[in-house]
Amino acid sequence: MTVRTVDGVVDALPGLNTRQRKKALVREAAIALGVALVLMFIIPAMLTGLGQGIRVNQLGRFLALAIAALGIDLIWGFTGLLSLGHGIFFALGGYALAMHLQLQDGQIPEFFSLYGVSELPGFWQPFRSLPFTLIAVVIVPAVVAAAIGYLVFRNRIRGVYFSILTQAALIVFFNFFNGQQKLINGTNGLKTDTSTFFGLQVSDPRIQTTFYAFSILFLLGGYFLCRWLTSGRIGRVLVAIRDDEPRVRFSGYNPTGYKVFVFAVSAALAGVAGALYTVQSGIITPKAMDVAFSIEMVIWVALGGRGTLVGAILGTLIVNFARTLLSEKFPEFWLFFQGALFLIVVTVLPMGILGWLRTDGMNLLRSLSGREKLITYPSLETDPDVEYERKNLGDSESDG
Amino acid sequence: MNGKILEIQNLTVRFGGFTAINNLNFSLEQGELRVVIGPNGAGKTTFMDAITGKTKPTEGQVFFKGKNLRPYAEYEISRMGIGRKFQTPRVYQKLTPRENLELSGARKKNVWESLTASSSTAERRTVVGLLETIGLAVKADIPAELLSHGEKQRLEIGMLVAQSPDLLLVDEPVAGLTDEETEKVGDLLLTLAESHSIMVIEHDMEFVRQIARQVTVLHQGSVLCEGTMDEVQNNPKVIEVYLGSEEAHAA
Repeated sequence: MTVRTVDGVVDALPGLNTRQRKKALVREAAIALGVALVLMFIIPAMLTGLGQGIRVNQLGRFLALAIAALGIDLIWGFTGLLSLGHGIFFALGGYALAMHLQLQDGQIPEFFSLYGVSELPGFWQPFRSLPFTLIAVVIVPAVVAAAIGYLVFRNRIRGVYFSILTQAALIVFFNFFNGQQKLINGTNGLKTDTSTFFGLQVSDPRIQTTFYAFSILFLLGGYFLCRWLTSGRIGRVLVAIRDDEPRVRFSGYNPTGYKVFVFAVSAALAGVAGALYTVQSGIITPKAMDVAFSIEMVIWVALGGRGTLVGAILGTLIVNFARTLLSEKFPEFWLFFQGALFLIVVTVLPMGILGWLRTDGMNLLRSLSGREKLITYPSLETDPDVEYERKNLGDSESDG
Repeated sequence: MNGKILEIQNLTVRFGGFTAINNLNFSLEQGELRVVIGPNGAGKTTFMDAITGKTKPTEGQVFFKGKNLRPYAEYEISRMGIGRKFQTPRVYQKLTPRENLELSGARKKNVWESLTASSSTAERRTVVGLLETIGLAVKADIPAELLSHGEKQRLEIGMLVAQSPDLLLVDEPVAGLTDEETEKVGDLLLTLAESHSIMVIEHDMEFVRQIARQVTVLHQGSVLCEGTMDEVQNNPKVIEVYLGSEEAHAA
């Protein structure tokens, strides 16, 4: 074996890569921070200036939804688990925070008297504490997901069967929350906008601005979390599981643990999203566990581009703003539009907007700007074989 | 277990009414290179499935270094030191060869360990050395899906070695390769055989002749005979199994 080249490669290739990678990471973090700052300070002022102040609240809600989309992308785009039941985790997060807000005035929530309940049910008690509630927003969905995930993944239930099971679980949770008036006000849900929080009414603009800011912060945090997870060793294992799960076992990895973990992380993200969405929309009802809503989350990610975290965020904002604007103008039209959108994504943009931009879109741009480049395998100028031969032409005889 | 790395006793595997492996006895010495041949449907791949834990034996036991493998899952058996290469090359397509090797070679494979792990310099050096050995150093950082069939075959063997198993199970490593590539893979296996125990399943007789010392012939889920290549080729039972079936085809 040729020892001298071994050393050369050790010094040259990986070193260069890590340095480049670090640079790219710093640049990415800077861009993400910049976008967050623009969202936090410039966009609200701009919208209010244009007399569209109401859009700020909508943007805040959609940014909250984007956190859930990140979670979907993590399990679907990177690990290949298509969950159609993320409404469960979204609602659990939302309910947790709403329960805390219902308990603010120190009395038992009003709706209980309608059903003749005079004693606060036991599981409500710990939600008097804000720290407990904040932890519960993350932990409860994660634990529920881990439990469901463990049972499903340990029994090697995969693909379509996993999707069907998550949907079935969603319906079970929906029926439970919908039917339990005496525990959580059933189908009416829990209102939050009339509660007080830190001495202010939740619907107060000052509090709402804070929630808007928190949505951006958590979205940013969620983005970096997912970015960190997917770029490390664990991210490669997840991709390996997505592409060939049985093979992963023979490499000595137990996919069950990885899938349970990533499913729980994704559920925790959905829980945070649910809590932030609830306080900005003023109410959480079992409708958050509507089958259609959970499927919609998947559509956001599909449209934006699965496997691209930015795509998940973009897709969420695009679909939700399109829905808001279209249903204001044509109330009956939205569902058709949503159907068409889904068809377009499946047929024309199978990798979503961002996936398209990174491949065909890039080529289109190049040809438009007149800097067309012929792309070959794997793009001739950087073909390692060509380069290698150029460098080692003299040695080539002794090789092989 | 007197130097035997693998010992299989009375192994039977049934799928419903179909018996894929029938009362098979087999053993492999430490450091041995063994080739298993047999006509289609002889149960070769099921045999590997039973060793690696993919299929649980209906009856009988598989011992690896004296340990009964029945209670263990695939990933545990893999961590004990049995590496497996599949018939069609199964590399992780979206990862680069370097990542493929790093993933296979990682010493710590739990979720929590993978969360914080980054490859040590020693691990990275091993990977670079391996890339050189399998001749993929210059293509180390392009997605593995862009590799040719032969390169994928070599990459998968590299992944196997990265796991540094004590026993390598190699299923048809030269299927679909050119003659030149076949010879390269053969040399690679012979090099590996100096420090590992290897069991190879193969159809290509040229190739078997290149690498084989001891050959085991499987037929209808049992061992038909064992011996050197010449002994096996002159064994009347083997001739009957291979040629007899061809005559039947011709008729």
